[in-house]
Amino acid sequence: MQTIQDEQWGTLERPAAARTNALKWTTLAIRYILLIALTVVFMFPFYLIVRNALMTQPEITAFEWNWWPEEAQWGNFTNLFENSEIDMAKGLRNSAIIAVVNLVFQTLFASMAGYALARIPFRGKGIFFAAILLTLMVPSAVTFVPTYVVVAKLDGVNTLWGIVVPGLFSAFATFLFRQFYLDFPSEIEEAARLDGNSYFGVYWRMLLPNSLGIMAALGVLSFIGSWNAFLWPVIIGQSNDTQTVQVVLSSFLTAQTINLPALFAGAAVGAAPLVIVFLLLQRYIVQGVRMSGIKG
Amino acid sequence: MQTEAESVDRSNIYVARVPWWRQTKWEASFAFLIFIAPMIIGLAIFTFLPIFWGTLISFSEARNTLDIGNWVGFDNYVDILSNPEFRDSLYTIIVFAAFIVPLTFFLSLGIALLVNSVGFGRSFFRSAFFIPTAISYVVASIIWKMGIFNGLPYGFANMVIYWFGSDKIIAWIGETDPPYYWLVLVTCRLWLQVGFYMIIFLAGLQEIDQSLYEAAYVDGAKPGWRTFWTITFPMLRNTSIAVLLLNFIAAFQAFDEFINILGGVGSSGNLSLARPPLVYLYQVAIGQQDYGRGSAGALILTALIIAITVVQGRIFGFGRRN
Repeated sequence: MQTIQDEQWGTLERPAAARTNALKWTTLAIRYILLIALTVVFMFPFYLIVRNALMTQPEITAFEWNWWPEEAQWGNFTNLFENSEIDMAKGLRNSAIIAVVNLVFQTLFASMAGYALARIPFRGKGIFFAAILLTLMVPSAVTFVPTYVVVAKLDGVNTLWGIVVPGLFSAFATFLFRQFYLDFPSEIEEAARLDGNSYFGVYWRMLLPNSLGIMAALGVLSFIGSWNAFLWPVIIGQSNDTQTVQVVLSSFLTAQTINLPALFAGAAVGAAPLVIVFLLLQRYIVQGVRMSGIKG
Repeated sequence: MQTEAESVDRSNIYVARVPWWRQTKWEASFAFLIFIAPMIIGLAIFTFLPIFWGTLISFSEARNTLDIGNWVGFDNYVDILSNPEFRDSLYTIIVFAAFIVPLTFFLSLGIALLVNSVGFGRSFFRSAFFIPTAISYVVASIIWKMGIFNGLPYGFANMVIYWFGSDKIIAWIGETDPPYYWLVLVTCRLWLQVGFYMIIFLAGLQEIDQSLYEAAYVDGAKPGWRTFWTITFPMLRNTSIAVLLLNFIAAFQAFDEFINILGGVGSSGNLSLARPPLVYLYQVAIGQQDYGRGSAGALILTALIIAITVVQGRIFGFGRRN
């Protein structure tokens, strides 16, 4: 009881209350100091990318550390797109196509399969569900060699479809959509069926509009994943026409002579779209990450 | 008379309004197959077929060819398991996982607890730690290799050493004694993934019933270490297992930062210092076009990851939650 009174009447001029208060404020101050220090550390790489992207090569390589460019070199960004050694524009275009196709079709296919598994009666449904769940066991990146063999057999090397299509089928997203549609009130669906809707009509008119939240969450995660992917695009899309922005940046990083301002300007351009997506859609991304927490 | 006419009428209506393909049992089966077809066909071609074909090709001599048929039994498996580079790569990834998994676990849990414990500015701090998740491994490798851990005097880490009064210039990536490159690789992945796992921990923390803390408070336990160990940590059990497994599986498939920081797609650079299995398989299968050995190695690694996941699950009692 004593402690609870201290909590409630903390402002009273009692020694015990005063001590508790002092302790509380000290703890809070330490927490904020820790948080601010960690934030500075976590933000530092972002600062570094902007600093180097706006400096001249001599400024970056100077022996004295310059915290900020004498004069911001915005020309680094225009030079980037005029640089004949790297094709940044094509990389950005390819990445945008791949990420958008991935976002639309991965979400669509997973929600369709999830709806079928949750709502449409079918004998032998269990076998389909088991087959989909089984693929969750297989670590995707490790199977890149066998998948490469199959895609190469189908003439998918150095094509955009070869990069994007194998990643469109997410068993995990299917599983999440199934769970979501199982919880969807069946009365609404039955009412729509009685009104003469086919299964397709129910899906299109009732379930799709009501699952936009989970679609946004999973869709934005698939967008981020495919924009940032490196292993698969570097295997399949080595040619100049099919390089994604990550492959362009990687070959720039490992080139013989390195133009540091251009490299960092390129990194900034490659990262900027996702930072914007992140700032705008953080709510959905957080929701998507939480859902992936149950994957383990 | 009347009843007969009515029944005739009804059957006419029935036939007119509901064609056979709209009859419930047919319609449901058709709809099911159409809705599930893209997923099943896709997984069949790009997951099941590769595993099947990969298994066959792993028993074939397949250099510079994608065809099977030149059967060699278990030769590819024997070859790759007796290859010191492959065994080194397994050792490398175990060392890497041994660092990155616990560090990520405690740092993301610690940050989640800190963020959860403050009211003012909570969503700002959450965003600040979460936003590195948006950055790709390639971009992070550029920052780490050319910015922070640049081996030349103007690299930020060397600059910090200089500010502390030392003239020493460390080649962070090439130096083998001590192996500083581990510091580069581990901090890079930490920065990229801690925010992701912090979000999962925050979700777990918010699911804990606050009345537990209130009950403990009435019993005299003030918020602090004691309530953390007696309430918070046990209640985060399932979340912790999920974080450990996800993080472990991801670490075993490390590729991007190793190849970009240590080497390059065209050159192997310093990759001999720490070559993870995926980089080794990439060099064998894509570089040397030896698909037989590459597939054998991929299947060995798949089996290894599944086995360790299952064992970890057993140790932590995964599945006991039901």
